[in-house]
Amino acid sequence: MPEAADEPLLRVEDLCVSFRSERGLLRAVDRLSFTVAPGEILAVVGESGSGKSLTSLAVMGLIDDPNAVLTGSIRYRGRELVGLPRRELRKVRGDEIAMIFQDPMSAMTPVYTIGWQIAEQVQAHSRLTRRQARARAVDLLGEMGMPNPAIQVDRYPHQLSGGMRQRAMIAMALSCNPSLLIADEPTTALDVTVQAQILRLVEQLRRDHGSSIVFITHDMGVVAEIADRVMVMYAGKVVERGPKPDLFATPGHPYTVGLLDSIPPMAGAKPRRLPAIPGAPPSPADRPDGCPFGPRCAHRHDSCRVDPPLYRRGRQDVSCTLVPEGADA
Amino acid sequence: MLLRRLGEMVFVMAGISVLVFLIFFATPGADPAARIAGRNASPDVLAAVRHDFGFDQPLWVQYLLLMKRLFVTGDLTSFVNRGQKVIPSILQAVPVTLSLLIGAAVLWVAVSVAIGVTAALTRGTIVDRALMILGLVGVSMPVFWVGEVANLITQSRYHDSWFFSWVPALGYVPLTQDPVGWFKALVIPWVTLAILYIGLYGRVLRASLIEAYHEDFIRTARAKGLGEGRVLVRHALRTSLVTFVSLFGLDFGALVGGGTLLTEIVFGLQGVGFLTFNALQNLDLPVIMATVMYASFFVVASNAVVDLLYAALDPRVRLARA
Repeated sequence: MPEAADEPLLRVEDLCVSFRSERGLLRAVDRLSFTVAPGEILAVVGESGSGKSLTSLAVMGLIDDPNAVLTGSIRYRGRELVGLPRRELRKVRGDEIAMIFQDPMSAMTPVYTIGWQIAEQVQAHSRLTRRQARARAVDLLGEMGMPNPAIQVDRYPHQLSGGMRQRAMIAMALSCNPSLLIADEPTTALDVTVQAQILRLVEQLRRDHGSSIVFITHDMGVVAEIADRVMVMYAGKVVERGPKPDLFATPGHPYTVGLLDSIPPMAGAKPRRLPAIPGAPPSPADRPDGCPFGPRCAHRHDSCRVDPPLYRRGRQDVSCTLVPEGADA
Repeated sequence: MLLRRLGEMVFVMAGISVLVFLIFFATPGADPAARIAGRNASPDVLAAVRHDFGFDQPLWVQYLLLMKRLFVTGDLTSFVNRGQKVIPSILQAVPVTLSLLIGAAVLWVAVSVAIGVTAALTRGTIVDRALMILGLVGVSMPVFWVGEVANLITQSRYHDSWFFSWVPALGYVPLTQDPVGWFKALVIPWVTLAILYIGLYGRVLRASLIEAYHEDFIRTARAKGLGEGRVLVRHALRTSLVTFVSLFGLDFGALVGGGTLLTEIVFGLQGVGFLTFNALQNLDLPVIMATVMYASFFVVASNAVVDLLYAALDPRVRLARA
């Protein structure tokens, strides 16, 4: 794992995203801090509603809900993105930080060809002519392993299969060689074989371009395959983070343990049912006092009434009161 | 696809012509000759009508005879308005209706796009609310009332003030004769006719723009680093256009077919609506029949045009058909 000796590519500090509502300010992302080093693949894991997508949108400056309140700091290459004027932000978006969305069908404008949409982004950030931008689109589609890119470039999104659409989406995100790619569940809508191809593509991307990747997913299997570091989110907070091997070998937080238990074992007897974490994550409106995972936790005890900070354990950070005791042992 | 659509169109039009024919000529319990001849017709006229329309022959001969006179020889004549040729009078009325309608359409499309976009961009603010209330007022005001008030102000009450002294007397001035006069004569009718549609289209466009802004692809467009203007025009507006254009096509067709009747009467424009209105008052059956057919043909034709535009605007429709 590349240690953050020099300045990280992305440093998020105390990021809070709240929504004004009738019941007061609801905090969806709660004092979140993390860094992404150059060339690193960081997996952000959590159930739906854990604030992982919202975090990525915040980094892109794409939260446009008039009732959203965003505080904290997001630094890209040392430059503060929070509060940056729209014009400046626009130059970063798509050019230096690009994003891939979960459902490429609805994330692409249905009335334009994929080539047109890729060229549009290329032209927004460079002085290429339309012809050159189109040629770039063909090249990119070819790089993404799309057969007959010169023909596919004139296809509309609905004419492509799910996997090809996601390739087109990734080609578009990569069109300006971004240093940071945020992938928001890019494989969730795809079947398993295509999923594997897309993951390979993401790894290849890091290898060829040296880009950093923030990979958002709820699939621990996907995390096991590509991540360098893992950040587990629950109810808008980091509950555990650390290098993948450490986190998989010795998960510290009961929630991480629960997530890891839900991966089907590769060897040995197959359990009749995979163990599941009982209950559902709390909505921002009725988060419990103290540890947010408390109500679903099997190890709950008195000290969980206070929200635990992140404790350091080896190379992991864990937000659980069990850790300080266990760390000594 | 174009050919198939045209074929369908001709088929529907033929069906309509049969239906219209049956309604006028084969309704039981009434003598079509008496109705065509008009009120208080003399026995001589009645006999002439009977012979003229072939009422002594089988129904299908009557139908073919009528179609021949409508479309081939074009010599269908009115008996109420002795000797008035029906087809030429319709052809004469069409430019008037089209002048009124095209001007109004340009106006209502331009203004409603401006209103819809402004309201969608300022959603939830006082500007949005004011525009939508204005739109509702526009939709709620009956055309004939607006027209009469406009006439009252510009023709009598304030006609002598500097502001409205340019307004000419009611009536139509052909474009080829006097373009400036044509424009002056039509400005107020244009505005009157457009008000309803400005309100309607402004509201529709606002709604579909707001819907478009919730789509994922708008987020993608922003993530690509595009400017807000480009996101609006190329992505939100472009995808909202499908609803807007199909609505426009249907309304336009219905209006060419006689929907401008009220505006034409209020402003004394001798268009198709005016013709229909007079024919109805005199129970002038041949004219009514011809205008009904003309109207339904325009509705069918504009439907076909909407379909073609739909395909041109939305690749998903285009390829599903091919």
